Amino acid sequence: MRRIDRSRLPDVGPDPAFVFPAIARHTLRNGLRVCTVEHHSVPVISFTLQVDGGSGSDPDGLEGLAAVVADMADEGTGALSAIEVSDALARIGADYDVDVGGDATDFSLTTLTRFASRGACLLADMVTRPRLLESEFVRVRQLRLDRLRQLKDVASAVAEQTFLRLVYGAHPYAHLPIGTDAGLRRVTPEDVVSFHARSVQPSRSTLIVCGAMSHDDQLREAEHAFGGWASTGVSNGNGTAAADVMPANTPVTRLAAVPREGAAQSELRIGHLTTRRVTPDYPALLVMNALLGGQFVSRINLKLREEKGYTYGARTSFDWRRGISPFTLQTSVHTAATADAITDCLAEIGSLRGTRPPSEAELALAKASLTRGYPRGFETAQQVARSVAMLSLYDLPDTYFEEFVSKINAVTSADVVAAAARHLDPSRITTLVVGDYSAIAESLRGLNIGEPQLHAVEF
Amino acid sequence: MTATALADIDLPFTKRTLANGLDVIVHEDHHVPIVAVNVWYHVGSKNERPGRTGFAHLFEHLMFEGSQHYNAGYFPPLQQAGALLNGSTNADRTNYWEVVPTSAVDRALWMESDRMGYLLPAITRERFETQRDVVLNERRQSYENRPYGMVMMALSAALYPPDHPYSWMTIGSADDIRAMQLEDVQDFFRTYYHPSNASLVLAGDIETERALELADAYFGEIPGGARPRRIVKGAELPSEQRLLLEDRVELPRLYMAWHSPAMFAAGDAEMDLVGDLLANGKTSRLYKTLVYDLRIALDVSAHQSSREIGSFFLLAATAAPGCSLGDIAARIDEELHRLAGDGPSVEEMDRAVAQAEAHFMYRLQTVGGFGGKSDQLNAYNVMKGTPAFFVADLDRYRRATRGLLQESARQHLRFDRRIVLSVIPRGQHTLALPGSTPVSAS
Repeated sequence: MRRIDRSRLPDVGPDPAFVFPAIARHTLRNGLRVCTVEHHSVPVISFTLQVDGGSGSDPDGLEGLAAVVADMADEGTGALSAIEVSDALARIGADYDVDVGGDATDFSLTTLTRFASRGACLLADMVTRPRLLESEFVRVRQLRLDRLRQLKDVASAVAEQTFLRLVYGAHPYAHLPIGTDAGLRRVTPEDVVSFHARSVQPSRSTLIVCGAMSHDDQLREAEHAFGGWASTGVSNGNGTAAADVMPANTPVTRLAAVPREGAAQSELRIGHLTTRRVTPDYPALLVMNALLGGQFVSRINLKLREEKGYTYGARTSFDWRRGISPFTLQTSVHTAATADAITDCLAEIGSLRGTRPPSEAELALAKASLTRGYPRGFETAQQVARSVAMLSLYDLPDTYFEEFVSKINAVTSADVVAAAARHLDPSRITTLVVGDYSAIAESLRGLNIGEPQLHAVEF
Repeated sequence: MTATALADIDLPFTKRTLANGLDVIVHEDHHVPIVAVNVWYHVGSKNERPGRTGFAHLFEHLMFEGSQHYNAGYFPPLQQAGALLNGSTNADRTNYWEVVPTSAVDRALWMESDRMGYLLPAITRERFETQRDVVLNERRQSYENRPYGMVMMALSAALYPPDHPYSWMTIGSADDIRAMQLEDVQDFFRTYYHPSNASLVLAGDIETERALELADAYFGEIPGGARPRRIVKGAELPSEQRLLLEDRVELPRLYMAWHSPAMFAAGDAEMDLVGDLLANGKTSRLYKTLVYDLRIALDVSAHQSSREIGSFFLLAATAAPGCSLGDIAARIDEELHRLAGDGPSVEEMDRAVAQAEAHFMYRLQTVGGFGGKSDQLNAYNVMKGTPAFFVADLDRYRRATRGLLQESARQHLRFDRRIVLSVIPRGQHTLALPGSTPVSAS
């Protein structure tokens, strides 16, 4: 038996070769862009229809409309009632999902390859030819209004919604996809029909097919299911207008609180608007985020969790969009530790671009974590489809996957500091606390970032 | 047609037991250059005692703090290698996993074996106390500060007598967590964390022979121990018990809970299917009745929660604004009565089996992580004594009949053997079902 040397860790070998999936691009006669990707592991196939326009396309005053329209896809189509759609999905064991983002809506259906035709046709029927019946609309809207009511008790949801409003102000990105109570109540059945006619059109959609079938067979399925989908002819803009709206340059709310009496923890959101997903600084920002709060071994998580025990976990992230996107630190901390935790968070964000630039060891760990772990995200057909959908959403080149590792590896400590200096500004940071205000008000004032601005729970 | 079309569905493996008792299982899958390392210890909160609840889970946290030969945290050398890693504790078992690039298998096994063999020297009082605080915060975040978050504590206490190991939740009571001592760690480690109470799976881009050699090299030197005795303990409800729990919620919710067959026991898969046909999707009976047609509920769920000593079946429905839990309960009882009387329809059975087959196929897509192939092989090995159970598991669903489901529902979902819990907004006792006794959970 080989004896193990426990005096030192085994080195990691050279990175194994990995061939990223090849994307074949096609355009159907109706203008629908189709990406096909072969993925032969298990006999599963995934179809994702990405339609330009998401919650950022909600008309002013009708917040939540895009998500209602997306939700209506499985509420009946052609000859099938809502119940029959559900039955048809179950009969092919389909995994159906809708993801409404700020800029686009992804409808995806995954099934066994032997049900590929049925799955593709069902998805096409649901998304492109939904019944949009008033009776179903009334029910769906009511469920969403009731869901909003329940979210008032969910501290993290209250924090998300309030934080978006604080950082975006009057911008179309300033609400969650589920929208607002007032907005949903104003939506009419006619709004649903007209939004669908304007936005769900082949010319502003991309179909991503990925699974254990050849490119040719995948394209044939796409043609068969989506080839007859005709444009409504309704003039519609490009679906991503929200991305072009610049957030107003209004004074920043430095400190805000939503009182939640008796709460065991304070839910925190700390951050501000930064830049767009397509920024050339993206690789540097990804590395910066990883070492600041993007993974377990990051400055903020190690400080708040592993050193102080204030929280179960703390992380930072960019909520990327085509337009100006926020950088946010999120955590939930013991009420008694609220002010101390905020002090630590602000100090960590501030020091990265100043007194404590990344050490070589930190930088190497963050980069290695991002690059060596990269192939892991290409294991399932759904994962690959999601990655290709991201390329389509941000107009990224098909060489993106292959170039990822070298772009991350090229990031230097100076690049990270420069990117942090360009995109993180401690004087513009908004700190939001959803917690037991009467217990922490005094300590919040001690932070010296101004008098806390109080907000009610509002959806 | 369905059975033959999926005839090739399988989860092949090689198993060898080392001299120290560690089961080693290898599954090859070379699609992506990654290897999943997955370790199960057959210990969970069921192995705790009253007054010491939450210990198994706190211990899991300590497993990430470092070990004798790498004493600076478990995460850094693995994240640096491109790993994704995590662990979890439930009533029955504790699992730990890494998914690493093929180039880092040695490092993952070195780390995983070091904490199996040499954990204790790294556990200092300071680390222990910090993780105790982290766990208290996990408890606040996942239970105390979450709507309906305390329900499972109330239900566990109601379903089982106080000396039954399922009567407390894995997270434990806050008082017990605060009272834990560093000294308790050693005893727990020696009793439960050794090769003969563990099972290791390597799944992914690795040759079987090499995997077995590496496992032996890294883990073979760790002394085995006595395998703890399996806990066998019955529990039953003598009658229907109606309870009410106040919470910070806008809308009342009704829960019903029953004892049901243990994981993999006769009737377990049938109850899983009963859960689907009651509340999975718009076509399911309770969703269609309560949420779609009558609109007296916002949501409904029904699940067989399969566990080693004995399972429970849990049904829950949230009242739509202005609608009463009494109406919801009456409709649920009607559907349960109908199911026990007539059984499922042919269509319902076809649909349920089609879904089960597809979901077994989806389960073969990932090698690592919670629910990946490595985790499944360990689940079968630890709970069934052999990893060779994937196809047999699917067959449990293929062989389920209308008659078996009807019989299971009739036998296990009895009105006179259940907990019925009303969760209501604070102070609004009249919203609970009549005759409900207030309970508290903290």
